[in-house]
Amino acid sequence: MLNIKNLSKTFFSAGEPVHVLRGVDLDLAAGERVALTGESGSGKSTLLHLIAGLDAADSGSIRLADIEVTKLSDAGRASLRRDRVGLVFQQFNLIPSLSVADNLAFQARIAGRHDAAWTKELIERLGLRTLLKRYPEQLSGGQQQRVAIGRALATKPSLLLADEPTGNLDEATAEDVLALTRDLVARTGCGFLMVTHSLHLAATLDRHLTLHGGRIA
Amino acid sequence: MSAEKISRRAVIGGFAALALTPRAGAQGYAGLGETADGFAKVTAGKVFTFPGDHGPHPEFRIEWWYLTANLVDASGAACGLQWTLFRQAAQPGPQREGWANQQVWMGHAAVTRADTHRFSETFSRGGVGQAGVTAKPFDAWIDDWEMKGLERTDYRTLAPLMLKASATDFSYALTLEADRPMVLQGDRGYSRKSERGQASYYYSQPFYRARGSITIDDKPAEVMGQAWMDREWSSQPLDADQTGWDWLSLHLGSGDKLMLYRLRQKDGQNYPFGNWISAAGETRMIAGSDIQMMPKATADVAGRKLPVEWQIAIPSQSFSILCKPLNPGAWMGTGFSYWEGPISFAGTHDGVGYLELTGY
Amino acid sequence: MRRALWILAVLLSHWRRHQMQFATLLIGLIAATALWSGVQAINQQARSAYDRAAATFGGARTAMLVALDTATFSQELFIKLRRAGWPVSPILEGRVQINGRSVRLLGIEPVTLPTDVGNAPRLGASDLSSFVAPPGQTLVARETLSDLQQQEGAVPAISSGAILPPLRVLPQLVPGVLVVDIGVAQRLLNKPDQLSRLLIGKAKGKPTSLQSVVGDQLQRVEPDAETELERLTDSFHLNLTAFGLLSFFVGLFIVNSAVGLAFEQRLPMLRTLRACGASARLVNTMLVLELVVLALIAGLIGLVCGYFIAAALLPDVAASLRGLYGAQIPGQLTLRSEWWLAGIGISVVGALVAAATSLIKAIRMPVLATAQPRAWQQVQRRWLILQSAGACAVFAVALLLLYYGQSLIAGFGVLAALMLGAALILPAFLELILLVGQRWAKGPLALWFWADSRQQLSGLSLALMALLLALAVNVGVSTMVETFSRTFIGWLNGRLAADVYISASDNTQGVAIRNWLRERSDVQAILSGGRAEAQVQGQPVELLGLPDHALYRERWPLLEAAPRAWTRLVPGNAAFISEQLSRRLNVRVGDVVEVPAPGGTWELDIVGIYADYGNPKGQLAINVAALIRQFPQTPQTRIGLIVDKNDIPGLISALQKQFALDDRSVADQATVKAESIRIFNRTFAVTSALNAFTLGVAGIALLTSLLTLANSRLPQLAPLWAMGLTRPRLAAIELTKTLSVALFTSLLAVPLGLLVAWCLIAIVNVKAFGWRLPFHVFPLQLVELVAVALLASLLAALLPMLRLARMQPANLVKVFANER
Repeated sequence: MLNIKNLSKTFFSAGEPVHVLRGVDLDLAAGERVALTGESGSGKSTLLHLIAGLDAADSGSIRLADIEVTKLSDAGRASLRRDRVGLVFQQFNLIPSLSVADNLAFQARIAGRHDAAWTKELIERLGLRTLLKRYPEQLSGGQQQRVAIGRALATKPSLLLADEPTGNLDEATAEDVLALTRDLVARTGCGFLMVTHSLHLAATLDRHLTLHGGRIA
Repeated sequence: MSAEKISRRAVIGGFAALALTPRAGAQGYAGLGETADGFAKVTAGKVFTFPGDHGPHPEFRIEWWYLTANLVDASGAACGLQWTLFRQAAQPGPQREGWANQQVWMGHAAVTRADTHRFSETFSRGGVGQAGVTAKPFDAWIDDWEMKGLERTDYRTLAPLMLKASATDFSYALTLEADRPMVLQGDRGYSRKSERGQASYYYSQPFYRARGSITIDDKPAEVMGQAWMDREWSSQPLDADQTGWDWLSLHLGSGDKLMLYRLRQKDGQNYPFGNWISAAGETRMIAGSDIQMMPKATADVAGRKLPVEWQIAIPSQSFSILCKPLNPGAWMGTGFSYWEGPISFAGTHDGVGYLELTGY
Repeated sequence: MRRALWILAVLLSHWRRHQMQFATLLIGLIAATALWSGVQAINQQARSAYDRAAATFGGARTAMLVALDTATFSQELFIKLRRAGWPVSPILEGRVQINGRSVRLLGIEPVTLPTDVGNAPRLGASDLSSFVAPPGQTLVARETLSDLQQQEGAVPAISSGAILPPLRVLPQLVPGVLVVDIGVAQRLLNKPDQLSRLLIGKAKGKPTSLQSVVGDQLQRVEPDAETELERLTDSFHLNLTAFGLLSFFVGLFIVNSAVGLAFEQRLPMLRTLRACGASARLVNTMLVLELVVLALIAGLIGLVCGYFIAAALLPDVAASLRGLYGAQIPGQLTLRSEWWLAGIGISVVGALVAAATSLIKAIRMPVLATAQPRAWQQVQRRWLILQSAGACAVFAVALLLLYYGQSLIAGFGVLAALMLGAALILPAFLELILLVGQRWAKGPLALWFWADSRQQLSGLSLALMALLLALAVNVGVSTMVETFSRTFIGWLNGRLAADVYISASDNTQGVAIRNWLRERSDVQAILSGGRAEAQVQGQPVELLGLPDHALYRERWPLLEAAPRAWTRLVPGNAAFISEQLSRRLNVRVGDVVEVPAPGGTWELDIVGIYADYGNPKGQLAINVAALIRQFPQTPQTRIGLIVDKNDIPGLISALQKQFALDDRSVADQATVKAESIRIFNRTFAVTSALNAFTLGVAGIALLTSLLTLANSRLPQLAPLWAMGLTRPRLAAIELTKTLSVALFTSLLAVPLGLLVAWCLIAIVNVKAFGWRLPFHVFPLQLVELVAVALLASLLAALLPMLRLARMQPANLVKVFANER
């Protein structure tokens, strides 16, 4: 479902090239849950951004659900994110001016794929029913991340990408949130790629990859 | 006798003064059907005196000096011109001095060739000298348009005369000669208009020989030909139910002159009149029942359908002609508009003349 | 479509959570639109009134023939010209008095009146006969009818006893004019067979040359695209427009800061939107759409406010224009659809311009935030250098205009460039002051105080620039008004020499009054004056007859005088010239002016120059006896009296009783003075009102900027709080900082304002009105203005500071908790 071949990306910092990714190969089957670890600056987030089409690769290929991501235009990548990809960030990135209910339905509405029954199920499973009328700043970190996950899954994406989703959460909350995510991913059958620092959490997924020296070790 | 052609002149005369007629449009066409209360009445038996009657008669409501000419230029191409001075009194009563004077004057001038028709108009208040007529020496003027006698002018023939007018895109100057005296129309100049007493004083000079020049768009051309002048005044020349007129003045090749005229009524009926003037200057009225005037073809001019071609027959005179316009577009788009232009005709007789169509 | 609406809804949701910000944005747009369109409405009203005046049956918009030296000429010339093919139409013009009120009488000849006379009111065909035929009609504007306290159809008498034709309202007619038939005018004005001018219509042919028809009796005057009235009033409208523009820009400052803040706050939202798959184009389109919708709403509200502003100011404007230039403006506001469209348009365009930087930032925004540390010092330095360079360029333009500019617009150009340059250089100035402060600072807190003020500068600079402009204009205008006011009142005291003023309705009454007065013991002296009109070098000039009396010699103010000026005036071969006319004709003391008089050219030695404030016409003052000798037609209806103060009321009531004079025809000095000062004050009421508006808007700009900054400054303040400064202390320091920058700005505004005042007095006034005033500085007024500015700043700073002082510690902690 996700095939990455020989993916490279170089940044320039103060005029000096930094080769973040030097030919990454990665395959991810539908329904497969994969953890990606690596040192700070090893390029984990960059890889995730490239897959989501948030940034453009220098060379190599990313095929997501038979779409060559690297060949897409800006608008094409926006449409890919809208329809195929769910994104969860460490900072939650909820929209502060929208209520929980609106934040949840937000991406699905933009994608034009709002499914009331599925949204309701998400609300139940994520335990957000009593929080729907609140605003993000009135929620705890765990609650905010659950809303973000709900938002990402509301479109029933092919692939859920999570960048340190538990980085801002305490250990117990992190495990709860991850357990919920695993369940929901299984329920939708989408692929799940999570960047994390925690080896402990990484171990709870189907596969564990490590990024080192710009390649998957 | 038939002097009913006064109606056509009256219509135009009415145009000039319409704006200054208190109850304009209330009665008849262009206010001409109004009663003549306070104005002098036209009665039979008037003895005309010249030059006195060439001058204005301000105690009557309307009056005009009306000249049309059929001319040819050096190349033989036909052309025509019109020069008209109208007078109308806004109120009856003694003539007031200066700006308070109740007379209003209007001038119309036009030249027509097969390929062009130019016209112009101008207005003036009476009392201050911008427009007027003096009988002796004869001078009729409005602004720089003028019909003026010379020192040797004979007041029985009203000739010779100098005529001039100029506008933005044309001008003309003619001298007019005639050797036959004025022709009194109708009953020795008394021209009855209806059973109800409408009438006018009317005389003409149809025997002018004209010579001069016409300038169109700064291109002058020498012209010569014949001209026809009408003098007419009245206070209530029309019936309220008259809608318009078709009028012709014809210069026959034989030297005879013919005036023909058809009055249209609201009820759709129309009444033709005619007057035959022999080359010697004798007039003979033609009975209306003896005149057949049939429109033959119409032209679309200024959004109207105008009968510019006529089949005319007078069986008693063995007279039958077809009249064609020199330029079907001879429309006078003046304040009040009408069609007036030169024509030529052929049949039992041939010649040239002027056609006027009003009320369309 | 649904997607677009969703994105719009999300963008709009921001405002629900930031209502103050929303209000600020709207207020900015509304203020900008309202003041701008209010001023435009007034200008438009005035312009259309001038158009009406100019077009009234062939005003200055038509080419015409006038007599070379005399006011009127014989009607024979009209006939001659018509008969030579000239398409001319006669006009006779004059003034008549109705119930003591002087009105312009215009005689026209409707039959020959050119039909191509601009937007002149037309007489319908059926109206023509009632206009021309006895008794005729007197056409008037509705305003004139109510001014004269007459009803339609009335037949008022004029002072000569003649009766006007029945009054009839012609709505398009300019106020203050009675239009009658030419013949009626000749009778009413007692000028039989006389005409004032001939309008030239469309030529019918090629008329003969003017010379060959009338010799050199008449001369052709080409139509003016701009009338004398428009030229005279230009400065006034330019003044209004300048204020409108200033307010508009200050309003846009507000919009700019509000939009900028909203954008900064919505940046994460925009990123999330993009991350969730909304395309950049769609998001940007929606951002623009949102702004346009807001601008439309605010524009409409602004227009309604603008309408009310204009309606409120119009009576004063109308009074000013009438007082200053004799221009008649209807007091009722009428607005054209273009005004509404232009107002909405300016609101939208203004909003887009104000938001341009934010929008461009949004369009260029990458999806991923690049975490570059902002070297604000470097950025700020570059910005300061650029802006200062811009300021220098603008100053250079001001200098060029000052040296080479001749016109009034150039004068305003100098002003505009001066202010723009000052505004641009202000941040650099403040930076310099703060830098010096930082250098001299002792102790860490003081150091932080100065350093942090410097960092705040870029955020506050727009608001401070607005404050500087508003203040400078205020200083400039109030100095000018105050200067003018003092000069004017001093001048008036000298000018109003007599104790009682009488205006007789005609010469006969004048003689009767004089005879009656001679019998009275309470009258110490009778001073007869007189006024005539003449054309000097193509300009209409008033000839003022001065009585030869010691009082005049003592009190009548002269700006410049030759030796024995008053004595030299008596024989009648010398004159004083008004300041305006001396500038226009470029005549100094010792020069000679030639005045065409009925008896031939009258040569006058100029022996003095006097101020003649508020008079649009040039004036020559001559001995009254000499004036009457040269212009025998001069009405001798003006009488001044020297009377003991205590006898004034009794004398006035006796005069009123004896000659049935109304309050207009007889008045004591105090009344005349009060009336003049009242007119004067109204003249500047509009200026003061707009001044106050501008300062108010600048205050709002400051408030919004501070609100904007307050929110973004939490991360800077939180560490200080964590280090042990109390919240009230922090708030106090913040307040001090704001007030000190405001103070610096105000102090800079003072010299700038004085420069503005100098420009107004020495350049604009001279070019606009023709008089130059002595330049005074009023220190108390300056202190007052600075205090007002500080008070405005204090009020603006108070709200954010109170919020800071009362802020929950949790909010400050948050800074550390989720610092991005």
